[in-house]
Amino acid sequence: MYNSHAVINRTLGHKDAELSACEWPEDALHVIPDWVYTSNAVYDMELDKIFKGKTWNFVGLEAEVANVGDYKRSYVGSTPVVMARAEDGSISVFENRCAHRGAEFCRHGQGNTTEFVCPYHQWSYDLKGNLQGIPFKRGVNKAGGMPKDFRNQDHGLFKLQVTTRHGAVFASYSSEVEPIEEYLTPEILKDFDMVFTGKPLKILGYYKNELPCNWKMYHENLKDPYHATLLHSFLVVFGLLVAGNESAMIADPVHGRHGTMASAKKEDKYAEVSEENKKEMRSYHEGMRLQDERFLEYIKETDSRWSVTMQTIWPNLIVQREMNTLGVRQIVPNGPDSMLMMWTMFGYEDDTEEMTQHRLRQGNLMGPAGFLGLEDNEAMKFVQEGVRRTSIENNVLKLDSNKIGTTDSLISEAAIRAMYQYYRGVMGF
Amino acid sequence: MNFTPTSTFRKSNLDTARASVLRQEIETFNSEYCAVLDAGMIESWPEFFVDDCVYRITSRENAELNMPVGLVYCVSKGMLQDRAVAIARTQMFAPRYMLHLVTNTRVTDELADGSIEAQANFLLMQTLVEGPTTIHMAGMFQDRFVRQDGKLLIKERQVIYDTTIIANDLVHPI
Repeated sequence: MYNSHAVINRTLGHKDAELSACEWPEDALHVIPDWVYTSNAVYDMELDKIFKGKTWNFVGLEAEVANVGDYKRSYVGSTPVVMARAEDGSISVFENRCAHRGAEFCRHGQGNTTEFVCPYHQWSYDLKGNLQGIPFKRGVNKAGGMPKDFRNQDHGLFKLQVTTRHGAVFASYSSEVEPIEEYLTPEILKDFDMVFTGKPLKILGYYKNELPCNWKMYHENLKDPYHATLLHSFLVVFGLLVAGNESAMIADPVHGRHGTMASAKKEDKYAEVSEENKKEMRSYHEGMRLQDERFLEYIKETDSRWSVTMQTIWPNLIVQREMNTLGVRQIVPNGPDSMLMMWTMFGYEDDTEEMTQHRLRQGNLMGPAGFLGLEDNEAMKFVQEGVRRTSIENNVLKLDSNKIGTTDSLISEAAIRAMYQYYRGVMGF
Repeated sequence: MNFTPTSTFRKSNLDTARASVLRQEIETFNSEYCAVLDAGMIESWPEFFVDDCVYRITSRENAELNMPVGLVYCVSKGMLQDRAVAIARTQMFAPRYMLHLVTNTRVTDELADGSIEAQANFLLMQTLVEGPTTIHMAGMFQDRFVRQDGKLLIKERQVIYDTTIIANDLVHPI
């Protein structure tokens, strides 16, 4: 575990609050208390009530387990799971823990197999996680072995509910969670389906990194259009997002837990930034031009009015359509101060080689070394270090005050407010 | 998907004597390259490449699965210059020192057009403000060099890192 790599690195004791000390401040809509990011007790309750609650957790793509016997290691919350495709074509998701002595038996990231065999005592499971065989089940020479009443069907792997939407695979610990379409809501599903059109996906590769920040900050960052034109001067200079662009911050209208940050790039390659807006943006750089402009090209692939949609799907998925670079990011929470980000970049099977090259070139925008991506990672690390180690107790959330949910203005925190209103309900704060 | 890993090993086609001579030249090149990066002279970095170059940083997992994606994916010197300028002048990140250790240099082929295939292992160390020095990445270069006006330049550099989980981000090129 890297975490922040700081030598001076202790979370102040009172920031690691017990649940009994966690009381949400009175001006609940406009204040986020630091302890949501720093308390181990709160984190443990999140795993229980959110990741193991009535939610659909993204675990992978159908394209990654295209054939019978294909499997992939994944996570739900911080729990290791395996996604596998069985002989009947169905996809199962089960915990990566042998029912016998608890070994995390599946060690390869991906692969193809006919069965899962725990290396410790070679208990074997089928592709749906049912216990198949136990060596020496009846003992040796009539001595030892399992009791007569031992039934294999009582000792399978721990299985989760599974659903899919156009190639994306989700798992849930809850049998009461609504169907995925209803879970996403029509407003979110619309842009989700612009990426997951049902066309077969072509996986282009993976990035994996640890962010030394609380997992909720990643959601907030993508529900915070305010930062986009301020932190990322790259976006502004190259006209990908300017304060005056057509844009929206869409929150799902049912719970406010999912979001779509959307914007439309203007026709011009480089944006016009007004003198008034320049003054507001310290990081603005005049006259920057690219040596290789292919990188900025936007090839319209859908009839969406947006050239960019960044979707936050509660609780662990980001769907990225940054012009022509497509991908998903899976959040794996790792304690209050850490999260892993598992990126899968893709295009479509019917892409031309030229289109694939374009997606790969444009991929420089995102990821752990992306022009935008690394700035977000740095900023969220700074926030986590700040909230853990300093004496102020609260974050201020007053932009576009009192508004909750969808907004047309980039200068707004209404979508973050919607997410925390929902969060407080689930967590009982 | 084919899960059988593609080996990153490249067999040498050179005799020992020729490989040794070329290895010294490549080692000298890599020392200069790393000296520029370690000194933070990012905008001089593209000068080690020809105009029509490929520079990609990717995980060993991607390399073994033949996945084309790159943390950094540049297919022209212009793209390297754009990245260098972005890092030097526009991007926000905490200050840091980077230090490269490059070793196990192998020259595996010399082609009729004078281009050279080589590889080397690297350790990339990172030191943040008030941070310890950490191994940020470990991996290898898989390179193709060409000569222009008697000078070696990179035609293609594939930076393949073993580090399965990157600590937060990678700001500078390797």
